[in-house]
Amino acid sequence: MTALAHLARLIRSKNAGPFELTFDIMFDDAATYRRVRESGVLTREAIAQRYGLAAEKVKFFYCDNAYAIKASIPRPHVQGDPMDSDSHGGQQYAPLMDIEIP
Amino acid sequence: MTPMTATDSEIRVLSPTGVCGSGFIEASFERALSQKPHIIGCDAGSTDPGPAYLGASKTAFPEDAIERDLRLMLCGARRAHIPLLIGSAGTGGNDAQLDIMYRLTRKIAAEEQLKFKTALIRAEQKKPYLKRRLREGRIKPLDPAPRFDEATIERSEHIVGMMGAEPFTRALEAGAEVVLAGRASDTAIFASFPLMRGIPEGIAWHAAKILECGAASCVTRRTPDCMFAWLTRDHFVVEAPDPTLRCTPQSIASHSLYENADPFRLVECSGTLDLTRSRYEAVTDRAVRVSGSEFIPAERYTVKLEGAEKAGYQSVLIGSVRDPFIIRQIDDWTSRLTEKIHSRVAMVYGERLRPADYLFNIRIYGKDGTMGPLEPVKEIRSHELALVFEVTAPTQEVASTIAQITRHQALHLPIPEWSGLITALACPYNHLDRGAVYRFNVNHVVEPDDPFEMFPMELIDIDGSNEKRLAA
Repeated sequence: MTALAHLARLIRSKNAGPFELTFDIMFDDAATYRRVRESGVLTREAIAQRYGLAAEKVKFFYCDNAYAIKASIPRPHVQGDPMDSDSHGGQQYAPLMDIEIP
Repeated sequence: MTPMTATDSEIRVLSPTGVCGSGFIEASFERALSQKPHIIGCDAGSTDPGPAYLGASKTAFPEDAIERDLRLMLCGARRAHIPLLIGSAGTGGNDAQLDIMYRLTRKIAAEEQLKFKTALIRAEQKKPYLKRRLREGRIKPLDPAPRFDEATIERSEHIVGMMGAEPFTRALEAGAEVVLAGRASDTAIFASFPLMRGIPEGIAWHAAKILECGAASCVTRRTPDCMFAWLTRDHFVVEAPDPTLRCTPQSIASHSLYENADPFRLVECSGTLDLTRSRYEAVTDRAVRVSGSEFIPAERYTVKLEGAEKAGYQSVLIGSVRDPFIIRQIDDWTSRLTEKIHSRVAMVYGERLRPADYLFNIRIYGKDGTMGPLEPVKEIRSHELALVFEVTAPTQEVASTIAQITRHQALHLPIPEWSGLITALACPYNHLDRGAVYRFNVNHVVEPDDPFEMFPMELIDIDGSNEKRLAA
């Protein structure tokens, strides 16, 4: 088992407009990307569980050309609202880092 | 064909940087100009810096930095006799922000003795127009969307429409050499000219998507810089003018992930760019050829709205806690504090200020300050906590008053472990007044009669320090 943070080239979060957050999990090469994709561990349901959401709230994509896995979720607070804590959405990816990949 | 050779059948587009005001390397720009672009495009805005810029009509990048980039682009475009297109002027692209960009353009034209025809395209939406379209059922929510009704329109400081490629095309057809546009789809800036020249939509819009972020799609972008594209009828090639920057098939494919909820389908006013069948091939170790991208025309032309309203006036107090007794009961301590503050505010203001009139929020850094409700780690592992107390109220005076109350209440809120008067909070300085704060209040689209009705254009002849307004 290896933590996702040690397999990915980059794990990042960012606003996708003021109303959604998006996560990009990017790999250096096809082999690592396929290992993670085919592990069956990093799924729509896994993202939903990490962020306390119903699975149907999560948009989830395998991006074969980019060797990347992507997910988008509704923001808990609209960007810049008085209760929002991360205006750029840039520090919301940490819970993905320790997902264990076989 | 190598990307370095200009041929007649292709369209060449230069994007100096991802945002006007973020900078670019002058040598890269000069090298790009030597590759004979047909057009220079530059995005100058975004929602990413937050709602305050649209709300307060300020620019997210300093005006001096915008002026530096704009000067190089204007002088370069006039020297090469090619059009310069700028979209989302002044960050939010409202009328006042477009006027900032126009003022800088006039200043540079006067100082550099430049002569050109300019088009100003406004994107700010008038309240009666929006109310009429709302009543007609021609404003539709995207997902997720806040409630949007006549009261929202009335409360808004500014609402802008995000224009498509057509208003740019109309300006170019009217002979504009410099186009300054309010809020625009980032891609529309770059797709307009290639579309005018017959480049297929899938190629034009996908190339535009790469170009709009400048050199961001390179393998490693050390600093904001230029990007260049060669478009033909069956593919496009991208390469960064800086010879040390590399585009690879993976880096270009990855770029469609950036700041998009869906990496394969990018929605524009006139349709959807579909990247499902895009192919990415290396031309050299620095240039990538892209083909196979498709554009699916929309059944209805739609224009996305962005709006900002005042959320109130804010005051902030920052303090920290080091006492492990307080840290282990921080949730209880902050909820007791919140109650005390509400009751103290009631004593001071009585009926003049009800609890629903103001927002009191405590962020606890060291616990869940960064992620709030998304934080999966529940236990506190830190030996100290930083607390940010925020008051959002109808006036600055009220916000400031409640922040002062907060300081005093927080300092001396007791805990059972100690008897006698404690001082529970370390404050590095007194509270800060932030002024007005704003919120985004719309995520909807309008269905206009045509692509132009929301985006009036004005043509102006500029000659050094002189301007002559022409009928549009």
